[in-house]
Amino acid sequence: MSNVKALTGGEAVAEAMRQINPDVVAAYPITPQTIIMQKFADFHADGLVDSELVRVESEHSAMSCCVGASAGGARTITATASAGLALMWEILGVASGLRLPIVMAVANRALSAPINIHCDHSDAMGARDSGWIMLFSEGGQEAYENMMLAVRLAERKDVLLPVMVNLDGFITSHGVENITVYDDDKIKGFVGEISANKPLLDIKNPVTYGPLQLQDYYFETRSQQIPAMENAKKAYLEIGKELSSITGKEYGFVEKYQTEDAKAIIVAMNSTAGTTKAVVDKLREKGKKVGLLKIRMFRPFPYSEVMEALQNTKAVAVLDRALSFGANAPLFGEIKNSLYELKKRPALFSCVYGLGGKNIYESDVEEVFKKLSKKELGLINYIGLRE
Amino acid sequence: MSDEWFFKKGRSNKEIPIGGLIKEAGSSKHFKTGDWRSFRPIVNEEKCINCMFCVVYCPENCIKVKEDGKRGEIDLDYCKGCGICAQVCPVKCIEMKEEAEFTK
Repeated sequence: MSNVKALTGGEAVAEAMRQINPDVVAAYPITPQTIIMQKFADFHADGLVDSELVRVESEHSAMSCCVGASAGGARTITATASAGLALMWEILGVASGLRLPIVMAVANRALSAPINIHCDHSDAMGARDSGWIMLFSEGGQEAYENMMLAVRLAERKDVLLPVMVNLDGFITSHGVENITVYDDDKIKGFVGEISANKPLLDIKNPVTYGPLQLQDYYFETRSQQIPAMENAKKAYLEIGKELSSITGKEYGFVEKYQTEDAKAIIVAMNSTAGTTKAVVDKLREKGKKVGLLKIRMFRPFPYSEVMEALQNTKAVAVLDRALSFGANAPLFGEIKNSLYELKKRPALFSCVYGLGGKNIYESDVEEVFKKLSKKELGLINYIGLRE
Repeated sequence: MSDEWFFKKGRSNKEIPIGGLIKEAGSSKHFKTGDWRSFRPIVNEEKCINCMFCVVYCPENCIKVKEDGKRGEIDLDYCKGCGICAQVCPVKCIEMKEEAEFTK
Protein backbone atom coordinates (compact mmCIF):
# COMPACT_ATOMS: atom_id res chain seq x y z
CA MET A 1 0.00 0.00 0.00
CA SER A 2 1.32 3.43 -0.82
CA ASN A 3 0.92 6.03 1.79
CA VAL A 4 0.60 9.79 1.36
CA LYS A 5 2.59 11.71 3.95
CA ALA A 6 3.23 15.41 4.50
CA LEU A 7 7.02 15.52 4.19
CA THR A 8 9.70 18.03 3.35
CA GLY A 9 11.81 17.14 0.32
CA GLY A 10 14.66 16.33 2.68
CA GLU A 11 12.47 13.96 4.68
CA ALA A 12 11.29 12.38 1.44
CA VAL A 13 14.91 11.62 0.49
CA ALA A 14 15.45 10.20 3.99
CA GLU A 15 12.35 7.99 3.50
CA ALA A 16 13.92 6.67 0.31
CA MET A 17 17.13 5.97 2.24
CA ARG A 18 15.16 4.15 4.93
CA GLN A 19 13.58 1.94 2.30
CA ILE A 20 16.86 1.37 0.44
CA ASN A 21 18.54 0.54 3.80
CA PRO A 22 22.10 1.11 2.55
CA ASP A 23 25.06 -0.69 4.15
CA VAL A 24 27.01 2.48 4.88
CA VAL A 25 26.03 6.13 5.20
CA ALA A 26 28.84 8.59 5.89
CA ALA A 27 28.01 12.22 6.46
CA TYR A 28 29.17 15.42 8.03
CA PRO A 29 26.62 15.99 10.79
CA ILE A 30 26.36 19.79 10.92
CA THR A 31 25.66 22.64 8.51
CA PRO A 32 25.59 22.70 5.47
CA GLN A 33 24.03 19.28 6.08
CA THR A 34 20.26 19.25 5.67
CA ILE A 35 17.15 17.54 7.05
CA ILE A 36 18.08 14.54 4.91
CA MET A 37 20.73 13.32 7.34
CA GLN A 38 18.90 14.60 10.40
CA LYS A 39 15.89 12.45 9.51
CA PHE A 40 18.00 9.49 8.45
CA ALA A 41 19.87 9.67 11.78
CA ASP A 42 16.45 9.45 13.48
CA PHE A 43 15.65 6.29 11.50
CA HIS A 44 19.07 4.93 12.45
CA ALA A 45 18.60 5.73 16.15
CA ASP A 46 15.14 4.16 16.07
CA GLY A 47 16.57 0.95 14.64
CA LEU A 48 14.62 1.22 11.39
CA VAL A 49 17.73 0.75 9.25
CA ASP A 50 20.73 -1.57 9.51
CA SER A 51 23.15 0.96 8.04
CA GLU A 52 26.52 1.78 9.50
CA LEU A 53 26.16 5.55 10.05
CA VAL A 54 29.58 7.18 10.11
CA ARG A 55 29.73 10.75 11.36
CA VAL A 56 32.89 12.29 9.99
CA GLU A 57 34.72 15.56 10.58
CA SER A 58 34.30 17.12 7.14
CA GLU A 59 32.71 16.49 3.76
CA HIS A 60 36.11 15.65 2.32
CA SER A 61 36.17 12.84 4.88
CA ALA A 62 32.52 11.98 4.23
CA MET A 63 33.19 11.29 0.57
CA SER A 64 36.50 9.57 1.40
CA CYS A 65 34.65 7.29 3.80
CA CYS A 66 32.07 6.57 1.08
CA VAL A 67 34.87 5.71 -1.34
CA GLY A 68 36.34 3.23 1.14
CA ALA A 69 32.98 1.70 1.97
CA SER A 70 31.94 1.41 -1.66
CA ALA A 71 35.28 -0.11 -2.67
CA GLY A 72 34.72 -2.55 0.17
CA GLY A 73 31.51 -3.61 -1.54
CA ALA A 74 28.96 -1.73 0.57
CA ARG A 75 25.91 0.00 -0.86
CA THR A 76 26.82 3.55 0.11
CA ILE A 77 24.81 6.76 0.31
CA THR A 78 25.56 10.27 1.53
CA ALA A 79 24.06 13.74 1.31
CA THR A 80 25.41 17.26 1.33
CA ALA A 81 24.84 20.78 0.04
CA SER A 82 26.64 23.93 -0.99
CA ALA A 83 30.11 24.36 0.54
CA GLY A 84 29.94 20.72 1.64
CA LEU A 85 29.89 19.59 -1.97
CA ALA A 86 32.69 22.03 -2.74
CA LEU A 87 34.82 20.50 0.02
CA MET A 88 34.20 17.02 -1.44
CA TRP A 89 35.43 18.11 -4.85
CA GLU A 90 38.72 16.24 -4.87
CA ILE A 91 37.11 12.97 -3.83
CA LEU A 92 34.22 13.27 -6.31
CA GLY A 93 36.72 12.48 -9.05
CA VAL A 94 38.14 9.59 -7.03
CA ALA A 95 34.65 8.09 -6.69
CA SER A 96 33.97 8.27 -10.43
CA GLY A 97 37.52 7.34 -11.43
CA LEU A 98 37.44 4.20 -9.27
CA ARG A 99 33.97 3.47 -10.70
CA LEU A 100 32.26 3.35 -7.33
CA PRO A 101 28.44 3.34 -7.35
CA ILE A 102 27.97 5.88 -4.54
CA VAL A 103 24.65 7.75 -4.39
CA MET A 104 24.53 11.28 -3.02
CA ALA A 105 21.62 13.64 -2.52
CA VAL A 106 22.54 17.30 -2.93
CA ALA A 107 20.23 20.06 -1.72
CA ASN A 108 21.39 22.72 -4.20
CA ARG A 109 22.54 25.83 -2.41
CA ALA A 110 24.74 28.85 -3.09
CA LEU A 111 28.51 28.95 -2.67
CA SER A 112 30.36 31.64 -0.71
CA ALA A 113 31.12 34.54 -0.85
CA PRO A 114 29.05 36.38 0.26
CA ILE A 115 27.93 33.78 2.78
CA ASN A 116 24.50 32.51 1.80
CA ILE A 117 22.58 29.33 2.56
CA HIS A 118 19.76 29.50 0.02
CA CYS A 119 18.81 27.82 -3.24
CA ASP A 120 21.23 28.10 -6.13
CA HIS A 121 22.66 25.52 -8.54
CA SER A 122 26.27 26.76 -8.33
CA ASP A 123 27.28 23.85 -6.10
CA ALA A 124 26.18 21.12 -8.52
CA MET A 125 27.30 23.05 -11.59
CA GLY A 126 30.77 23.37 -10.09
CA ALA A 127 30.90 19.56 -9.93
CA ARG A 128 29.44 18.88 -13.35
CA ASP A 129 32.68 17.63 -14.87
CA SER A 130 33.60 15.32 -12.01
CA GLY A 131 32.28 12.22 -13.75
CA TRP A 132 29.08 11.81 -11.75
CA ILE A 133 25.70 11.05 -13.26
CA MET A 134 23.49 14.01 -12.31
CA LEU A 135 19.72 13.84 -11.87
CA PHE A 136 17.59 16.87 -11.00
CA SER A 137 14.27 16.79 -9.16
CA GLU A 138 11.31 19.13 -9.57
CA GLY A 139 10.08 18.47 -6.05
CA GLY A 140 10.25 16.14 -3.07
CA GLN A 141 8.37 13.36 -4.85
CA GLU A 142 10.81 13.28 -7.73
CA ALA A 143 13.79 13.47 -5.36
CA TYR A 144 12.36 10.49 -3.44
CA GLU A 145 11.94 8.44 -6.60
CA ASN A 146 15.26 9.57 -8.10
CA MET A 147 17.08 8.12 -5.07
CA MET A 148 15.84 4.60 -5.83
CA LEU A 149 16.52 5.00 -9.50
CA ALA A 150 19.99 6.29 -8.66
CA VAL A 151 20.92 3.24 -6.61
CA ARG A 152 20.06 0.85 -9.43
CA LEU A 153 21.62 3.05 -12.10
CA ALA A 154 24.90 3.47 -10.21
CA GLU A 155 25.28 -0.25 -9.59
CA ARG A 156 24.50 -1.44 -13.13
CA LYS A 157 27.52 -3.46 -14.31
CA ASP A 158 27.78 -1.57 -17.61
CA VAL A 159 27.60 1.78 -15.78
CA LEU A 160 29.32 1.66 -12.35
CA LEU A 161 29.37 5.40 -11.81
CA PRO A 162 28.37 7.52 -8.83
CA VAL A 163 25.03 9.33 -9.05
CA MET A 164 24.14 12.74 -7.65
CA VAL A 165 20.45 13.40 -6.97
CA ASN A 166 19.84 17.13 -6.92
CA LEU A 167 16.92 18.91 -5.31
CA ASP A 168 16.45 22.62 -4.66
CA GLY A 169 17.83 23.70 -1.30
CA PHE A 170 15.17 25.05 1.08
CA ILE A 171 12.50 25.40 -1.62
CA THR A 172 12.32 21.62 -1.96
CA SER A 173 14.53 20.32 0.86
CA HIS A 174 12.66 22.25 3.56
CA GLY A 175 9.29 22.73 1.85
CA VAL A 176 6.47 20.38 2.86
CA GLU A 177 4.55 18.53 0.14
CA ASN A 178 2.21 15.58 0.01
CA ILE A 179 4.59 12.75 -0.79
CA THR A 180 3.40 9.35 -1.91
CA VAL A 181 5.62 6.86 -0.11
CA TYR A 182 5.44 3.51 -1.85
CA ASP A 183 5.18 0.20 -0.12
CA ASP A 184 8.44 -0.77 1.65
CA ASP A 185 8.47 -4.27 0.21
CA LYS A 186 7.95 -3.04 -3.34
CA ILE A 187 10.83 -0.59 -3.04
CA LYS A 188 13.05 -3.19 -1.39
CA GLY A 189 12.18 -5.55 -4.22
CA PHE A 190 13.02 -2.87 -6.76
CA VAL A 191 16.40 -1.90 -5.33
CA GLY A 192 17.37 -5.49 -4.42
CA GLU A 193 20.78 -6.31 -2.96
CA ILE A 194 24.07 -4.88 -4.18
CA SER A 195 26.24 -7.22 -6.21
CA ALA A 196 29.51 -5.36 -5.84
CA ASN A 197 32.17 -5.23 -8.54
CA LYS A 198 35.52 -6.54 -7.22
CA PRO A 199 34.92 -5.62 -3.57
CA LEU A 200 37.98 -5.14 -1.36
CA LEU A 201 36.36 -7.29 1.32
CA ASP A 202 36.35 -10.31 -0.99
CA ILE A 203 39.60 -11.44 0.61
CA LYS A 204 39.85 -14.57 -1.52
CA ASN A 205 40.15 -12.36 -4.60
CA PRO A 206 42.34 -9.46 -3.48
CA VAL A 207 42.43 -6.33 -5.64
CA THR A 208 44.23 -3.01 -5.51
CA TYR A 209 42.15 0.14 -5.87
CA GLY A 210 43.65 3.42 -6.99
CA PRO A 211 47.15 2.66 -8.29
CA LEU A 212 49.36 5.30 -9.86
CA GLN A 213 48.84 5.65 -13.61
CA LEU A 214 50.93 8.18 -15.41
CA GLN A 215 51.33 9.06 -19.10
CA ASP A 216 50.93 5.44 -20.04
CA TYR A 217 47.47 4.52 -18.75
CA TYR A 218 45.72 7.49 -17.10
CA PHE A 219 44.03 8.61 -20.33
CA GLU A 220 43.06 5.03 -21.21
CA THR A 221 41.52 4.43 -17.77
CA ARG A 222 39.69 7.77 -17.60
CA SER A 223 38.37 7.29 -21.12
CA GLN A 224 36.52 4.18 -19.96
CA GLN A 225 34.06 6.54 -18.25
CA ILE A 226 32.89 7.79 -21.66
CA PRO A 227 31.12 4.58 -22.76
CA ALA A 228 29.93 4.11 -19.15
CA MET A 229 28.13 7.47 -19.39
CA GLU A 230 26.65 6.40 -22.74
CA ASN A 231 25.46 3.15 -21.17
CA ALA A 232 23.92 5.16 -18.34
CA LYS A 233 21.40 6.66 -20.76
CA LYS A 234 20.10 3.29 -21.88
CA ALA A 235 20.20 1.93 -18.33
CA TYR A 236 18.30 4.94 -16.98
CA LEU A 237 15.40 4.34 -19.37
CA GLU A 238 15.30 0.61 -18.61
CA ILE A 239 15.43 1.05 -14.85
CA GLY A 240 12.94 3.93 -15.10
CA LYS A 241 10.52 1.62 -16.87
CA GLU A 242 10.83 -0.87 -14.03
CA LEU A 243 10.20 1.84 -11.46
CA SER A 244 7.17 2.95 -13.48
CA SER A 245 5.49 -0.34 -12.69
CA ILE A 246 5.48 0.74 -9.03
CA THR A 247 4.92 4.49 -9.37
CA GLY A 248 2.99 4.73 -12.62
CA LYS A 249 5.23 7.62 -13.67
CA GLU A 250 7.50 8.16 -16.63
CA TYR A 251 11.24 8.62 -16.26
CA GLY A 252 12.61 10.39 -19.30
CA PHE A 253 15.81 12.41 -19.68
CA VAL A 254 13.56 15.41 -20.09
CA GLU A 255 9.93 16.13 -19.38
CA LYS A 256 8.08 17.80 -22.24
CA TYR A 257 5.25 19.86 -20.81
CA GLN A 258 2.96 21.28 -23.51
CA THR A 259 5.89 21.56 -25.91
CA GLU A 260 4.27 19.77 -28.85
CA ASP A 261 2.78 22.84 -30.58
CA ALA A 262 4.49 25.49 -28.43
CA LYS A 263 5.85 28.58 -30.16
CA ALA A 264 7.81 29.61 -27.06
CA ILE A 265 9.50 27.19 -24.67
CA ILE A 266 11.25 27.72 -21.36
CA VAL A 267 13.94 25.25 -20.34
CA ALA A 268 14.38 24.85 -16.59
CA MET A 269 15.49 22.43 -13.88
CA ASN A 270 14.36 21.59 -10.35
CA SER A 271 11.60 23.58 -8.61
CA THR A 272 11.48 26.39 -11.17
CA ALA A 273 10.13 23.81 -13.62
CA GLY A 274 7.13 23.53 -11.27
CA THR A 275 6.68 27.30 -11.20
CA THR A 276 6.89 27.36 -14.98
CA LYS A 277 4.25 24.61 -15.31
CA ALA A 278 1.79 26.78 -13.37
CA VAL A 279 2.50 29.68 -15.73
CA VAL A 280 2.19 27.45 -18.80
CA ASP A 281 -1.23 26.28 -17.58
CA LYS A 282 -2.34 29.87 -17.02
CA LEU A 283 -1.14 31.08 -20.41
CA ARG A 284 -2.54 28.03 -22.21
CA GLU A 285 -5.97 28.94 -20.81
CA LYS A 286 -5.58 32.26 -22.57
CA GLY A 287 -4.70 30.44 -25.77
CA LYS A 288 -0.96 31.18 -25.71
CA LYS A 289 1.12 28.40 -27.22
CA VAL A 290 3.83 28.07 -24.59
CA GLY A 291 5.56 25.09 -23.08
CA LEU A 292 8.25 23.88 -20.66
CA LEU A 293 11.17 21.56 -21.25
CA LYS A 294 12.32 20.23 -17.90
CA ILE A 295 15.79 18.69 -17.76
CA ARG A 296 15.79 15.67 -15.44
CA MET A 297 19.20 14.30 -16.37
CA PHE A 298 22.07 16.77 -16.70
CA ARG A 299 24.93 14.26 -16.92
CA PRO A 300 25.02 12.45 -19.25
CA PHE A 301 23.40 15.36 -21.09
CA PRO A 302 20.54 14.34 -23.40
CA TYR A 303 21.61 16.43 -26.42
CA SER A 304 19.55 14.65 -29.08
CA GLU A 305 16.39 14.51 -26.94
CA VAL A 306 16.70 18.24 -26.26
CA MET A 307 17.18 18.94 -29.96
CA GLU A 308 14.16 16.84 -30.83
CA ALA A 309 12.02 18.64 -28.23
CA LEU A 310 13.02 22.12 -29.36
CA GLN A 311 13.29 21.71 -33.14
CA ASN A 312 9.83 22.98 -34.06
CA THR A 313 9.54 25.92 -31.71
CA LYS A 314 10.25 29.56 -32.54
CA ALA A 315 11.90 30.85 -29.38
CA VAL A 316 13.56 29.30 -26.33
CA ALA A 317 14.56 30.84 -23.02
CA VAL A 318 16.93 28.85 -20.81
CA LEU A 319 16.64 29.51 -17.08
CA ASP A 320 19.89 29.04 -15.20
CA ARG A 321 20.21 29.23 -11.43
CA ALA A 322 23.99 29.44 -11.71
CA LEU A 323 26.59 31.54 -13.46
CA SER A 324 29.71 30.60 -15.28
CA PHE A 325 31.64 33.83 -14.98
CA GLY A 326 33.03 34.89 -18.32
CA ALA A 327 31.14 32.17 -20.21
CA ASN A 328 27.63 31.00 -21.05
CA ALA A 329 25.55 29.93 -18.05
CA PRO A 330 25.89 26.13 -17.64
CA LEU A 331 22.45 24.94 -18.83
CA PHE A 332 22.26 27.61 -21.55
CA GLY A 333 25.58 26.43 -22.97
CA GLU A 334 24.35 22.82 -23.16
CA ILE A 335 21.07 23.82 -24.81
CA LYS A 336 22.96 25.90 -27.35
CA ASN A 337 25.19 22.90 -28.10
CA SER A 338 22.12 20.70 -28.54
CA LEU A 339 20.68 22.93 -31.28
CA TYR A 340 23.81 23.27 -33.41
CA GLU A 341 22.90 20.53 -35.87
CA LEU A 342 19.41 21.86 -36.60
CA LYS A 343 19.03 23.45 -40.04
CA LYS A 344 16.45 25.90 -38.70
CA ARG A 345 17.26 26.84 -35.14
CA PRO A 346 14.88 28.62 -32.72
CA ALA A 347 15.88 32.00 -31.28
CA LEU A 348 17.72 31.28 -28.04
CA PHE A 349 18.00 33.42 -24.93
CA SER A 350 19.76 32.98 -21.61
CA CYS A 351 17.95 33.99 -18.41
CA VAL A 352 19.95 33.77 -15.20
CA TYR A 353 17.81 34.01 -12.09
CA GLY A 354 17.49 33.28 -8.41
CA LEU A 355 21.12 33.22 -7.26
CA GLY A 356 21.47 32.94 -3.50
CA GLY A 357 17.82 31.97 -3.23
CA LYS A 358 16.38 35.16 -4.70
CA ASN A 359 12.76 34.26 -5.38
CA ILE A 360 11.45 33.69 -8.85
CA TYR A 361 7.71 34.31 -9.01
CA GLU A 362 5.10 33.18 -11.52
CA SER A 363 4.95 36.80 -12.67
CA ASP A 364 8.69 36.68 -13.50
CA VAL A 365 8.23 33.55 -15.60
CA GLU A 366 5.15 35.06 -17.27
CA GLU A 367 7.21 38.12 -18.15
CA VAL A 368 9.88 35.88 -19.73
CA PHE A 369 7.21 34.14 -21.84
CA LYS A 370 5.73 37.49 -22.84
CA LYS A 371 9.07 38.89 -23.97
CA LEU A 372 10.06 35.56 -25.49
CA SER A 373 6.98 35.46 -27.72
CA LYS A 374 7.87 38.89 -29.07
CA LYS A 375 11.61 38.04 -29.06
CA GLU A 376 12.17 41.11 -26.94
CA LEU A 377 14.76 39.49 -24.69
CA GLY A 378 18.44 40.28 -24.89
CA LEU A 379 20.82 37.39 -25.55
CA ILE A 380 21.65 37.28 -21.86
CA ASN A 381 19.13 38.43 -19.23
CA TYR A 382 19.20 38.56 -15.46
CA ILE A 383 15.78 37.92 -13.93
CA GLY A 384 15.00 39.73 -10.69
CA LEU A 385 18.40 41.45 -10.53
CA ARG A 386 18.47 45.12 -9.59
CA GLU A 387 20.83 46.68 -12.10
CA MET B 1 43.30 -11.22 -17.07
CA SER B 2 46.77 -11.08 -15.61
CA ASP B 3 47.89 -7.73 -14.36
CA GLU B 4 51.00 -7.64 -16.45
CA TRP B 5 49.18 -5.17 -18.72
CA PHE B 6 49.71 -2.58 -16.06
CA PHE B 7 53.45 -2.70 -16.42
CA LYS B 8 53.59 -3.14 -20.16
CA LYS B 9 53.00 -0.55 -22.77
CA GLY B 10 50.45 -0.22 -25.50
CA ARG B 11 47.24 -1.81 -24.15
CA SER B 12 44.03 -0.10 -25.30
CA ASN B 13 41.32 1.20 -23.01
CA LYS B 14 39.20 -1.86 -23.84
CA GLU B 15 41.92 -4.31 -22.82
CA ILE B 16 42.43 -3.06 -19.26
CA PRO B 17 40.21 -3.46 -16.16
CA ILE B 18 37.89 -0.55 -15.35
CA GLY B 19 38.94 2.01 -12.79
CA GLY B 20 42.60 0.95 -13.04
CA LEU B 21 42.01 -1.96 -10.64
CA ILE B 22 44.85 -4.40 -10.13
CA LYS B 23 43.58 -7.89 -9.55
CA GLU B 24 46.79 -9.74 -8.70
CA ALA B 25 48.60 -9.70 -5.36
CA GLY B 26 52.33 -8.92 -5.40
CA SER B 27 52.06 -7.56 -8.91
CA SER B 28 54.66 -4.87 -8.30
CA LYS B 29 57.24 -7.48 -9.38
CA HIS B 30 56.10 -6.71 -12.92
CA PHE B 31 57.19 -3.12 -12.46
CA LYS B 32 60.85 -3.05 -13.49
CA THR B 33 62.02 0.08 -11.69
CA GLY B 34 65.49 -0.53 -13.08
CA ASP B 35 64.27 1.55 -16.05
CA TRP B 36 64.62 4.63 -13.89
CA ARG B 37 68.36 4.17 -13.28
CA SER B 38 70.87 6.71 -14.56
CA PHE B 39 73.83 5.39 -12.50
CA ARG B 40 74.71 1.71 -12.19
CA PRO B 41 76.50 0.25 -9.12
CA ILE B 42 79.63 -1.70 -10.04
CA VAL B 43 81.21 -3.79 -7.29
CA ASN B 44 84.92 -4.35 -7.00
CA GLU B 45 84.76 -8.00 -5.85
CA GLU B 46 88.36 -8.00 -4.65
CA LYS B 47 87.81 -5.14 -2.21
CA CYS B 48 84.41 -6.33 -0.87
CA ILE B 49 84.55 -7.59 2.73
CA ASN B 50 80.97 -9.02 2.74
CA CYS B 51 79.88 -6.79 5.60
CA MET B 52 76.31 -6.74 4.15
CA PHE B 53 75.85 -3.01 4.79
CA CYS B 54 74.75 -2.56 1.16
CA VAL B 55 72.24 -5.40 1.50
CA VAL B 56 70.47 -3.94 4.52
CA TYR B 57 70.60 -0.34 3.33
CA CYS B 58 69.26 -1.01 -0.20
CA PRO B 59 65.76 0.57 -0.22
CA GLU B 60 64.67 -1.70 -3.08
CA ASN B 61 65.93 -4.86 -1.38
CA CYS B 62 67.54 -5.81 -4.67
CA ILE B 63 71.02 -6.89 -3.51
CA LYS B 64 70.86 -10.65 -3.23
CA VAL B 65 72.41 -12.83 -0.54
CA LYS B 66 74.02 -16.07 -1.62
CA GLU B 67 73.45 -19.49 -0.04
CA ASP B 68 76.82 -19.23 1.74
CA GLY B 69 75.70 -15.98 3.42
CA LYS B 70 77.87 -13.77 1.22
CA ARG B 71 76.72 -10.78 -0.81
CA GLY B 72 75.32 -11.76 -4.21
CA GLU B 73 74.50 -9.89 -7.39
CA ILE B 74 72.61 -6.65 -7.64
CA ASP B 75 69.28 -7.20 -9.44
CA LEU B 76 69.40 -4.60 -12.17
CA ASP B 77 65.72 -5.15 -13.03
CA TYR B 78 64.84 -3.26 -9.87
CA CYS B 79 67.95 -1.22 -8.89
CA LYS B 80 67.01 2.45 -9.35
CA GLY B 81 70.64 3.56 -9.08
CA CYS B 82 70.13 5.60 -5.92
CA GLY B 83 73.74 5.06 -4.84
CA ILE B 84 73.02 4.42 -1.16
CA CYS B 85 75.01 1.15 -1.35
CA ALA B 86 78.07 3.03 -2.59
CA GLN B 87 77.65 5.65 0.15
CA VAL B 88 77.42 3.20 3.03
CA CYS B 89 80.12 0.79 1.84
CA PRO B 90 82.92 1.04 4.51
CA VAL B 91 85.61 -0.04 2.06
CA LYS B 92 84.24 1.99 -0.89
CA CYS B 93 84.16 -0.99 -3.20
CA ILE B 94 81.00 0.11 -5.05
CA GLU B 95 81.33 2.67 -7.79
CA MET B 96 78.34 4.38 -9.44
CA LYS B 97 78.93 4.54 -13.17
CA GLU B 98 76.88 6.46 -15.75
CA GLU B 99 74.25 4.13 -17.21
CA ALA B 100 75.01 5.52 -20.64
CA GLU B 101 78.38 3.75 -20.52
CA PHE B 102 76.57 0.39 -20.65
CA THR B 103 73.99 1.24 -23.27
CA LYS B 104 76.41 2.53 -25.91
